[in-house]
Amino acid sequence: MDNFIAARSQMALSLGFHIIFACIGMVMPFFMAVAHYIWLKTGNEVYRDITKAWSKGVAIFFATGAVSGTVLSFELGLLWPKFMEHAGPIFGMPFSLEGTAFFIEAIALGFFLYGWNRFNRWFHWFTGVVVGVSGLVSGILVVAANAWMNSPAGFDYVNGQYLNIDPIKAMFNDAWFSQALHMCVAAFASTGFAVAGIHALMILRKSHVTFHKRAFRISAVFATVAALLQPLSGDISAKDVAKRQPAKLAAMEAHFKTEEKAALILGGIPDEKEKKVNYAIEIPGALSFLAHGNFHAEVTGLDRIPEENHPPVAVTHYAFQVMVGLGTVMMLISVLYYITIWKKKSWLEKRWLLKLFAIATPMGFIAVEAGWTVTEVGRQPWIIYGVMRTAHAVTPMPGIAYSFYIFTAVYISLSCIVAFLLYRQISMVGKLYDHSVETINAI
Amino acid sequence: MLYVVIVYLWAAILLYLLLGGADFGAGIIEFFTSRNNRGRTRRTMYQAIGPVWEANHMWLIITIVILFVGFPKIYATLSVYLHIPLTAMLLGIIARGTAFVFRNYDAVKDDMQKIYNRIFIYSSVITPFFLGIIAASTVSRNVDVTAQDFLPAYIFSWLNWFSVTVGLFTVCICGFLAAGYIIGETDSIEDRQFFARKAKWMIVSAVLCGALVFLASIKENVPLAEWVFGKAPGIFAIAAASLSLPFLWYGLTHGKAIIVRLLGGFEICMILFAVTYRHFPNIVLLKGGGHLSLIEHQGQEKAIVSLAWALLIGSLFILPALGYLMYSFEKKKPREA
Repeated sequence: MDNFIAARSQMALSLGFHIIFACIGMVMPFFMAVAHYIWLKTGNEVYRDITKAWSKGVAIFFATGAVSGTVLSFELGLLWPKFMEHAGPIFGMPFSLEGTAFFIEAIALGFFLYGWNRFNRWFHWFTGVVVGVSGLVSGILVVAANAWMNSPAGFDYVNGQYLNIDPIKAMFNDAWFSQALHMCVAAFASTGFAVAGIHALMILRKSHVTFHKRAFRISAVFATVAALLQPLSGDISAKDVAKRQPAKLAAMEAHFKTEEKAALILGGIPDEKEKKVNYAIEIPGALSFLAHGNFHAEVTGLDRIPEENHPPVAVTHYAFQVMVGLGTVMMLISVLYYITIWKKKSWLEKRWLLKLFAIATPMGFIAVEAGWTVTEVGRQPWIIYGVMRTAHAVTPMPGIAYSFYIFTAVYISLSCIVAFLLYRQISMVGKLYDHSVETINAI
Repeated sequence: MLYVVIVYLWAAILLYLLLGGADFGAGIIEFFTSRNNRGRTRRTMYQAIGPVWEANHMWLIITIVILFVGFPKIYATLSVYLHIPLTAMLLGIIARGTAFVFRNYDAVKDDMQKIYNRIFIYSSVITPFFLGIIAASTVSRNVDVTAQDFLPAYIFSWLNWFSVTVGLFTVCICGFLAAGYIIGETDSIEDRQFFARKAKWMIVSAVLCGALVFLASIKENVPLAEWVFGKAPGIFAIAAASLSLPFLWYGLTHGKAIIVRLLGGFEICMILFAVTYRHFPNIVLLKGGGHLSLIEHQGQEKAIVSLAWALLIGSLFILPALGYLMYSFEKKKPREA
C-alpha cells in the first residue's frame, strides 16, 4: 500500500471512528439532563432509572471518544507533520480552547457519574448539563479548526511562508459557522435516531415497555427536531460551499460542465473519463437554485477547475447522495412523528411507527460518515484549501501501511466490544435499571 | 508571554507525570500483585481514581496542544522521528483507557473481566515505558534529522540502552506514585500496610533503575552526570530528593499519607527539574550537536500570545473545578440512598 494512501486511510479511519463517539458523548448528556430533570420534578422513578441507564452508556462512549481523540491529536503530527508545522500556530486557537472545554467536560463527568447521593440534587443535575454544554463547545471548536482547512484565514501566504498570523481570525473563518451548525444538528439527529431506534426495538419486543417508552419519547423529540432543522442548515452549508469551494460542490453534484440553469443530479454513476453521469435523474435549474438561490444562476463545473485540482468525483458524489438521501428519510419520519403526536394519537400504539424508527437506527450515523466523507474527500487534493497539498504534508516515514493495519484491527475490535457492552447493558435493563417491575411485583 | 507558555508546558508535563503517572501506576501495582490480592488492589484503586481518572489524562493533551501551537517545529520533528514509540504509546493509551471503562461498565461480570484486566495491566506497564523512552530520546542526541535510511532515522532515534532504562525508571516511578497515593485512600490498616510495602518496593526498584540509567548514559555517551551534577541547582535538587527519601520511608512505614504525597510529588518535581534545567531552553538535543529550542523555535508571536491567554483563561475555569472535584471525593462520603 502506498504510504500516502495509507496515511490518508488511517486518518479517515481514526476520524470516522472518533466522530461517532464524539457525537454520542456530546449529545447524550442532554437526553440525560431531560430525564434527570423530569425525575427531580415529578419524583417518577422510571426517569431516574433511565438517567442511570443512559449514563452507563455515556461513560463507555465518552471514554472511547476521549482516547480516540487523544490519538487524533498525535496523529495530526504523526501522519501530517508538514501540515502541523505550518498550520499548528494558525488554527491552534480552537484546539487550545477545546483543551479547556474538554477538561471541564471530564471534570463534570466525574461529578456526574460518581455524584449520585453525594451532592445537592440540583448541583448534581447541573454537572450533567455542564457535561453536555462543554461537550458541545468542544465539538464546535474542533469543527471550527476543520473549517479553517476548508476556508483558510488569519494569515498571509507569501512565497511559501505563512506570515502575519492571526489565530482569532483563523478560528472565525468563513466556514466555521455553517460547518459547526451542520455538525451539531447532525450529532443530535444521529444520536437521537440511534437511541430512539434501540428503545423502539425494545418496545416492539415487549420488554420493559414503560421504561423504554419514556426513553423513546425523550430521544425521539431530540431526533425529530434535529432532523427537521437539518435541511435548513444543509442549505446554508451548500450555498457556502458553492461560494468558497466550487470544486467541492461540483464533485458533490458530479457537475462536470459549467452552465446556467444547472440541473440537480440525483443518483447516477459518474464517469470521470467521459465527464458525464449515467443513469441519473436530473431536475433542471434546481442546482442553480440550491447553490445560488436563483434558477438561472451559473454554477461552476469541474471544467473551470484545473485537472490537478479535481477532488475524486465519484466518492464525493456517492457520499453526498447517501447523506442527502438518508437525511430526507429521517426528515419524513420526523414529519410523520409530529402528525402522530398532534393529529393521530392512535398511531403511537401502532407497530409500524416503531418499526420505522427501529429501521432508522443506524441512518443518522451513516449520514454523518457520508457527510464527513463529502467535506474531507471533497477538499482534496488540498489539506489547506488552495494553499497546501495533502501529498506534500505526509510524513516521510515509510511503512505507514503497517500502522494503518494495526489501527484498523484495534478500531474494529473496539467497535465490536462497545457493541457487545451496549448489548449487555440493554439486555440487563430489567435487572439493573428498571425498578418499576419489582414495585409491581411487590404490590 | 513566551515564558507563561513555557511554565504551562513544564507544569503540564509535571502534572501528567504525577497524576497520569499515579494512574498508570495503579495498573503497574496490579501487575506486581499476586493473584489473590488483585481484587483488593482493584477495588481500592477504582474508588480512588475513578472520579478523576479522565481528568488526569487531559494534561497530556494540554502538553501536545502547547507544543503544536507554540512550538510547531519541535512537535513536527518529534512526530516524524519518534513515530514508532509515539504510536506504541498511543496504542497503550487506547487499550488502557478503554479496558478500564469496560471492566467497570460491563453490565455482566463474567470471564470477560479477566480479559479487560489483562489488557489494563499490560497496557499500564507498556504506556509509561514508552513515555520514558520518548522523554529520554529527546535528550539522548540520537534523533538524526539528516538520516536517510530507515534504521538510523526511525529506529535508532529512540532504541538504545539509555532510553530503555529511562523507560523502566518511569514505570517504577509511576508504580511508586500510585502506591503512595492509595495509602491515603484506604481506611483499613491492613490495606495501608500492603500498599506501603508496594511503595517501598517501587522506591527500591526506582533507585536501582536510576543507577542503571546512569550506567547506560555512560555507555551511550549521554552526559547525564554532567547535566545533573555539573552545576549547583542540579546538585541541590538531587541532594534534596535524596535527603527526603528517609522521611518518605518513615511516612510509608507509619502510614502518614500526607507526608508520602507531599514528598512523593516533591521527589518527582526535583528529578524533572534536575534533568531539564541544564539544557533549557533547548528541549530536544539532536545528533551532531544541533538542538530544538523553546526560544529559537517558538511559533510566531501572535500565536504564542493567544495561546498564553487561552491557557490563563482556561486555568480560571479548570483549576477550581478540578480542585473541588478532588476535594469532594476525598472528603464526602456518599449519603445513604
